[in-house]
Formats: sequence, C-alpha cells, structure tokens
Amino acid sequence: MNLEKIYYDNKIVKAFIIATVVFGIVGMTVGLLAAIQLFYPLFNFDLPYTTFGRIRPLHTNAVIFAFVGNAMFAGVYYSMQRLLKTRMYSDRLSWIHFWGWQLIILAAAITLPLGITTSKEYAELEWPIDIAIALVWVVFGWNMIATILIRRERHMYVAIWFYIATFITVAVLHIVNSFEMPVSLFKSYSWYAGVQDALVQWWYGHNAVAFFLTTPYLGMMYYFLPKAANRPVYSYRLSIIHFWSLIFIYIWAGPHHLLYTSLPDWAQSLGVVFSVMLIAPSWGGMLNGLFTLRGAWDRVREDPVLKFMVVAVTAYGMATLEGPLLSLKNVNAIAHFTDWIVAHVHVGGLGWNGFLIFGILYWLVPRMWATKLYSVSLANAHFWLGTLGIVFYAIPMYTAGVVQSLMWQEFNPEGFLTYQNFLETTTKIMPLYILRAIGGGLYLIGVFVMAYNLLKTALAGNFIANEKAEVAPLAPATTGGSWHHVLEGKPVLFSVLSLVAILIGGAIELVPTFLIKSNVPTIASVKPYTPLELHGRDLYIREGCVSCHTQMVRPFRSEVLRYDPQHGEYSKSGEYVYDHPFLWGSKRTGPDLQRVGQKYADSWHFRHMLTPAEVSNGSTMPAYPWLFEQQIDKNSTGPKIAALRKVGVPYPPGYEEQANADLDRQAKKIADGLRTEGYEIMPTAEIVALIAYLQRLGVDIKAEKVAANNGKP
Amino acid sequence: MYKEVLRSIHNIEVWPLISVIIFFIFFLALLWWALTAKQAFIKRMSHLPLEDGTPTITDATNQLEV
Repeated sequence: MNLEKIYYDNKIVKAFIIATVVFGIVGMTVGLLAAIQLFYPLFNFDLPYTTFGRIRPLHTNAVIFAFVGNAMFAGVYYSMQRLLKTRMYSDRLSWIHFWGWQLIILAAAITLPLGITTSKEYAELEWPIDIAIALVWVVFGWNMIATILIRRERHMYVAIWFYIATFITVAVLHIVNSFEMPVSLFKSYSWYAGVQDALVQWWYGHNAVAFFLTTPYLGMMYYFLPKAANRPVYSYRLSIIHFWSLIFIYIWAGPHHLLYTSLPDWAQSLGVVFSVMLIAPSWGGMLNGLFTLRGAWDRVREDPVLKFMVVAVTAYGMATLEGPLLSLKNVNAIAHFTDWIVAHVHVGGLGWNGFLIFGILYWLVPRMWATKLYSVSLANAHFWLGTLGIVFYAIPMYTAGVVQSLMWQEFNPEGFLTYQNFLETTTKIMPLYILRAIGGGLYLIGVFVMAYNLLKTALAGNFIANEKAEVAPLAPATTGGSWHHVLEGKPVLFSVLSLVAILIGGAIELVPTFLIKSNVPTIASVKPYTPLELHGRDLYIREGCVSCHTQMVRPFRSEVLRYDPQHGEYSKSGEYVYDHPFLWGSKRTGPDLQRVGQKYADSWHFRHMLTPAEVSNGSTMPAYPWLFEQQIDKNSTGPKIAALRKVGVPYPPGYEEQANADLDRQAKKIADGLRTEGYEIMPTAEIVALIAYLQRLGVDIKAEKVAANNGKP
Repeated sequence: MYKEVLRSIHNIEVWPLISVIIFFIFFLALLWWALTAKQAFIKRMSHLPLEDGTPTITDATNQLEV
C-alpha cells in the first residue's frame, strides 16, 4: 500500500496551549481574589471594577471559557488531526478561530469589570459579544466538520463523536439562551421573563457544564488516556453506550437547578428523574477510563501524566455521583443556595477539568517540542500541591454549606428561628472561607510550578511546527455492516442524529412551559416596575448583587418565617412575570431579598450601601460609595421602556415620553424623605434608584394580601 | 398545579408516552448494536489513537526517549 506523507499542524495547538496556561493563571488568580474578598472585604478596594459582584463573573468566565475553553481547543486540534489522519481542513480557519476566541476573552475581561452584564450565570456577556461568540463557534465547527470530510480514516473514533456533540449542542444552547432585546450597544433585556427565563437559563447552565466542561473532555479522555497509558481503551463497546446515553439524557436534567422554586412541579420532577438516570452513563465512562489502566497501575506511581489523569477521572466520578444526589429534592433542600454547590463545581472544575488539562499538557509539551519533560519531580510536586489544594478547597466548603444550611433551618423550642439574624450564619463560616482560600492558593501555586516546568521544557526542545506522518489513503467504503458501522462513516448524518438526540430532551423540557399560559398563574396586583425602580434593577444587575443575594423564598417554614413573617408568602411564579431577566440567584452569601421591600427605612438602605459593616456589625458586604456620586442615566429611560414593551411588559403606548417625569417625582420623594432624616442626596444619584427598587421587592404580593383582608395587613 | 398544566395542552398524555417509547427503542437499538458489533471492528477502532502514523515511544515515565 502506498503511504502518503502528511504534516499535522502543531502550531495552532501550541497557541492554544499558551493561551490555556496564561488564562489559567489569570482566571484562578481572580478566583483567589474573590475568595479573599468574602472574608476580607477590604480587598474589594472600594472600587466599582473590583467588587465581588463584578469579579465573580470575571472568574467564572475566565476559567470556563478562557482556561478550559482554550485547553479544549488545544486537545481537539491535536487529537482530531491524528484520529482522522489529516491536517486540519484550513489553517486560516484555525487561526481565525484562535484570535476570534482570544478577542472575545479580551472583550469579557473589559466589559465584566465595567458592570456590562446580562447577569445570567455563565452567559453574562452582552449581546454584541454573544453574536461574536456564535460566529467564532461556527468557524470552529466549520473547520471541524470540513476536516472530518477530508479524513483518511473511514470510521470516526469515539472522541470525534464527543467533539461533534459539543459543537452542535453548545451552538443550540448559546443561541436559545442569548435571545435578548437590545437597548443600546452594551445593554439588553432577556427575551424571556421570570420562570421561563429561569428555565431557559438553567437548561443552558446545566448543559454548558455538560457540553463545554464534560463532553469535549470525555473525548479528550478517550484519546489522551490511551495515548499516555499506551494501550487501547478498556471497552470500545462501552464507550458507544456511554456517548449516546450521555448526550441523550444530559439535556433533560436542567430543572434540577430550580428545585423548590416557582418552576412548575412537573418540570422539577422531570429534572430529578433524568439526573438520577445520568449516574449510569457517567459512571460507565469513568470506569471505562480507569479500567483502561488495568495492568498498568505500576506506571501510575511513576508517571505524573497518569497520576493527573487518574485523579481527574476519579473526580469526574465523584462529581457525577454527587450531582444526581444533589438533584434529589430532600438533599437539594439542604444544599441549594449554599457553599456545598461551590464545593461540588470545584471538584468538577479543579479535579476533572483542571487535572485532565494538566495531565494532557505534561504529555503534549515534551512531544511537540521533541524533548523530555524538564523536571518530573516538579510535575510530582505540582500533583501534590493540586491534590491538597482540592482537598483544602472542597472540605471547608462542604462543611460551610451544611453548617450554614442547618443554621438557616434551626428552630428553638418556642418555635422561632434560632438564628434570626442571617448575618450570624455567614460570620460562623468565615474561618472555613479562609481555609478555602488557602486551598485555592495551593492549587494556584501548583499551576505556576507547571508553567515554569513547561516553559523550561519548551526552551530545551525544538518545536515541531509541522509533524510528519505517513498514513494510508482513505480506504473505500465497505458495503454492509451494522448501522452504527455505517453511521460512523457518515459524519453529517451522525451530526444530525446527535442534534435530534439533544433536541428531543430540550423540546420536551421547554415547550410546555412556553406554550401554556397557565404555567405562570398571574397575580392581579403584580405591576411593571416604575422607571426609577427599573433603573435601580439595572444597577442591581450591574453590581452583580445576584452573586450573593437570591430572590426566591422557597416554600419551607424556615424560609417563610425568616423572610416574610408577617404575610407568610413564599415566592410565586406570578411575581416574576415582568422580570427580564430573572434574578433568582443561585447562592446566598447574604439573605434573600425577595421580600425586603418596606422592611427597612430608606435611610437604612442609604447607610447600609455606604458602610455595610457599620450598619450590620460583622457584615462582609462591599461598600458601594460610587452609587452616591454617579447619576442615573435618564437618557436611557425611554429606550429601556420601549425595549421592555417589545418583550411583553405592558407599559402604555407613548409612556417613554412621560417616564422621566414619573422618575423625577419618585426620586424627589425618596430624596426628600432622606433629607428629613438628615441624609443629603441628589434625587438623580444612582443610590436613589437602587433604594426605590429594593423597596419595591415583594411589595405587590403583600398588597394583594392586604386587599384580600379588606385593607388590614 | 401540574394536572392543570397537563390538561390545558391538547393531547398532553401522549408526551410522556412518546418519550418513553423513544427511550426504549433508542436504548434497545444501542444495546443491540454494541453487543453484536464485530470483534475485529471494535479492536481496530479502539487502537485508532495509537496508530496515527507517527512514532510512539514511551518509557515508564511517559517521556520520549531522546
């Protein structure tokens, strides 16, 4: 047989590797800063750009899309060429993809600290960047599918299937979740409101974990683990079952992020059932990975690459057992809104993604630079720093989550809450926050050690920009064989079937909620926000208040008693019909705010936003001094009203003309009230709008109760 | 709540039925394929990562011999 000489493109892989290491360091450093801010508020620096609410999305976006994203592309570009025995279809597309992705990261790094955010978790970037993401993603997919079409290997290895599923599903998720109505270049409102927005967001959020952090990495596991162990995967049959059942089931499980919320019960139950079912394919995949090392465990002791990979796959197994358990309603009732969830995602992020990336980098860099790793002992040191880092991170966070949750729910013998003041439950876990930062710090030091080691390795070697290979030309298609045999030879059909598999789950989850009005029972007394409150709500979004404060009182006695003792109302879906976007939140570092309206005087909020620790002794909330100096952007009032009307908020026609007059009236009233208590403030200061919004929260449903009781509260 | 929701969709009772059927067929087909695939094909596929036309040299510490 005539062998063809071809060259694999290593240059693009090198670029993505450098980006991975650089953004890994950046993203984790920002994460460490956020961790320190939680127990040492001084590190918010009293600057808008560095407060926790803006730093936290910067951290999550940097590690997910910049660190894990770039590493994914490095792994995909390296393995795909070799599995398909061809260079990438187009070097130009590869480089457009690379620079496009880095520009998006740059845009995120600028806009998020500026407070330009949609507030939807892991989808915070505003609409122009969303469009850029979609375009760059299409370039990636185009290059990938075209490469598959020019392959010299008739059948697609299982890793390629995972890459195809990643491309298709992330495209669908990103587009559906990013429907938004632009107000200006840097501001938009989610197309969806309240419950529907929450459902779409967590359908997206859950599956972003599935198809950005999991499927591409499973593909990489199926390629790099056999390479590093120098033996084929344990069971190829199992990998087929793993792939199809995983992508089929994953997409249904999103509602488990919304248990006990105002989401309809049937959707919650659907999420629970599918989450439990997910254990099967996830563990099938994990065991397939670990069993690949059968007979090679002696090498795991010697080889840092295999060490990292074994811990990565084990962490994957732990996180995917924990996930379904957290989806059980009784477990979720304890864990939701607490640091338990933070621990869970970091076992996945630091353990599974991080360690698999490190293992792959230690394997790739010596090969691409045709040399030996500079120091195996430094790699081993990194391994132990990283492992200890994960342990020091996760254990305090699990403890903090359980401790705080039990404190929220504890009653004294008289039937009152033992810890009436929410702050007590946060100050109690501060020592654990300090331990967590130490864990994160250890992990970050490990990454620095790796960066040094990889740099020294690269400097000692000679980079092979184009790696020569001798491969056989594409064999003619064989006729007959089983259907999957045929399917693996037809990448386009394969992609369409993957798309169908994920759309079935997505459609059954989303469609009923959207079609049926009765899914969101209306509450007559719930009215759209006034222009001033709307501005306040946008400030709440800009400052990232949703990072620490939920707006979702769950139907538990402990929560109703804590947040609405007077009326006893948990959150109803009808309360959120004008919330574009929803602001339910996913973590309570501070108390829930859904019923905070009229609970405190305006002057309390005024002082609290300026000096939180003086008003609430021991509070770790950042101060927001700039809200007292910056002015409300009244020019945007009209466009905001118009945009919201387009997505269904019933502002009367022409209201944008008089909106600013209403705004001024309400603002003056608040400023006058503050003056009588001795606080001088311009009515146009941003703090006035924020106070108006906070005082509105949960007031509508109380009004209905008052009306039902013939005017008595 | 959920009865009310289900009632208001036309023929909602077929939704769960359809999903069960889709699942069942899907998994049976998958299992059938995985169990009946030819051993030679499975073996060839699982060796793909190890045969990419470039030399594979690995020692105990997974370092290239240079």
